Amino acid sequence: MIEITNYCAISGSRISVNGQTDFVQDGDVLFTDFIKAAYRNYKVDYPKFFKMDNLSKLAFIAAEVLLKDTGFLTRYQPEDIGMLFQNGSSSLDSDLKHAASIKDKTNYFPSPAVFVYTLPNIMIGELCIRHKIKGENTLFISPKFDAGFLYDIIDNSFTTGKIQSCLGGWIECGNDNYHAFLFLAEKKIDKGLGKNVIFTVENLTTLYHQGIN
Amino acid sequence: MGNSLKSEKMPEVYIAGNNMMTSLGFTTDENVENLKNDISGIKLCTDKNLYPTPFWASPLSTERLNDSFAGIADIALFTRFEKMQILSLTEALKNSKVDVCDTKTLIILSSTKGNIDLLEENRFNPKRVYLWETAKRLAEFFGNSNQPVVISNACISGVLAIITGMRLIKAGKYENVIVTGGDILSEFVVSGFQSFQSLSQGPCQPFDAKRTGLNIGEGCGTIILTSNSSLADDSCLIRVTGGHSSNDANHISGPSRTGDGLYLAIKGAMSEAGILPENLDYVSAHGTATAYNDEMEAKALALAGLNHVPVNSLKSYFGHTLGAAGIIESVVCLYSLKQNILFNTKGYQEHGVSVDLNIIKKLTPAPINSCLKMASGFGGCNAAVVFQKKIVS
Amino acid sequence: MEELIAKLKEQIIAELNLEDVKPEDINDDSPLFGEGGLGLDSIDALELIVLLEKNYGIKIEDPKEGKTIFYSIRTLAEYITTNKKA
Repeated sequence: MIEITNYCAISGSRISVNGQTDFVQDGDVLFTDFIKAAYRNYKVDYPKFFKMDNLSKLAFIAAEVLLKDTGFLTRYQPEDIGMLFQNGSSSLDSDLKHAASIKDKTNYFPSPAVFVYTLPNIMIGELCIRHKIKGENTLFISPKFDAGFLYDIIDNSFTTGKIQSCLGGWIECGNDNYHAFLFLAEKKIDKGLGKNVIFTVENLTTLYHQGIN
Repeated sequence: MGNSLKSEKMPEVYIAGNNMMTSLGFTTDENVENLKNDISGIKLCTDKNLYPTPFWASPLSTERLNDSFAGIADIALFTRFEKMQILSLTEALKNSKVDVCDTKTLIILSSTKGNIDLLEENRFNPKRVYLWETAKRLAEFFGNSNQPVVISNACISGVLAIITGMRLIKAGKYENVIVTGGDILSEFVVSGFQSFQSLSQGPCQPFDAKRTGLNIGEGCGTIILTSNSSLADDSCLIRVTGGHSSNDANHISGPSRTGDGLYLAIKGAMSEAGILPENLDYVSAHGTATAYNDEMEAKALALAGLNHVPVNSLKSYFGHTLGAAGIIESVVCLYSLKQNILFNTKGYQEHGVSVDLNIIKKLTPAPINSCLKMASGFGGCNAAVVFQKKIVS
Repeated sequence: MEELIAKLKEQIIAELNLEDVKPEDINDDSPLFGEGGLGLDSIDALELIVLLEKNYGIKIEDPKEGKTIFYSIRTLAEYITTNKKA
């Protein structure tokens, strides 16, 4: 049996873990300010964070919060942890930045640091580097979070032994509209807490909607 | 490898059709004819709308694209990318027994940037830049009612799409999966790769000591998968037997220096396919011809014990077609399997990687029963897929 | 030269998103790359090439030259002083 052993959500300047608010900023906060404040709040020491684009920053903080104090990474070999994410607008935020940099032919300086983030799977790469995860990874694009599809893919990956555990979810960051929903899926582990949620389409859907602000 | 479905035999996944469209032609036959004659589609591009200074790349003929498409639908109503995809799907389906309208058929689209040129113009609804919107449009065009799956995972998208299709069929979710993918040659992408200084100053030279970078190619490809053997291409029964992806966890743009990430993908794919290194007949490398990529692949092949296996890169023929690469190059793999022929690694003259490899240096007839297609991409991702001929006893 | 060095430090901090680095943290002669440096990587090296062209009009044709040019703030400042277009 596969369980969701931890989950988190980031949206509307609020971060919640397992349904409980963990960090929040009141008022109308810009994403860039909010995510930086979250970085400081969680006392992360990872200077590369500031080179990331918004999508990767969102994924990064979500993963930091998700993995914190779970011991998850100690339970698995790097190649046995999967990263299976969904997203809606790809890397549109960075795409627009890059497009703007090449619009004016008299001021034509495309930046490699911007261009590299015009691939939406880079956020997965950043997480893999940070947490030394080497297993199966795919980024799917869909109009909205598709619990049914993600369930099928993750379930099949477990069943065929391709993964022993995974980070899964929805990471979307476009047009100042951001929402991250990330979860850890593992085969039943004896945590002695009895708080784990069985990995089903219904439970995924419920947890996803819980985290939207 | 755990498998809780031991009592239930997973279906085989057969190839039921294919197409490729590159600078070398709009059909698979046309493409392979050019490959046989060692003709490359890479040329000097002087279109200032793509980049201020000339650069070497492999574009599709716009004229031919529009002429071909005009026979299908109104060219003004579809974007360049959509026209390419629709043409490729049409051609692949024409020669396949799979029904695209069947509810048991799924479409998977693979692309890195899709309609990215729409950011520069406003002829079309901006919503069309969303890849899921493009996929939806394609499914509607062909009358398929399932929500298509879209994979955008840098240069391994194509291989991942084939693997995902295989898995969904083996899991019994669909009987048929139409895997299609493409990318256009755009200023967006050319300028980006130029900023990375990764474009070659001439036609690229995979694995060669003098290689200096890649050429971007424009293209799209389609591979149709089915679990129904009566729908399979019975001129030669080929199966997709294994696939795996991995991450280097090293750098977001620089290839791993050890190749251990790609090795994981190769190992996982071959293990699933049940094929040993000594029995693999051919490897189709990613072979972009950048200094670090080719070296990394060579190391990965060595780790996997595949130094002896004939290996080539096709990117010196039609460039690096990004989201289409894994599919287009797999289509050539299928041809190699069918016709027992291996294509040259054009541009390779002097060995330029630190590991001994068996690089294919000319058009070579050889019995090919199994083949591994591999790919790596930005974000440190890697993927490998195995194709095998079904030996009918 | 000192003025250029000060300006370069600020430009590098801004362009390379070195958020928690202050100009006074950057030693004029210390290596920018590698151990004990600013933790710069291959993308930063490419960004410095863009910075050179954008801010100083100097185009580096061979990226391999970058190793010596970008060794330290001082080597970079000296290169700019020598090659800057009038």
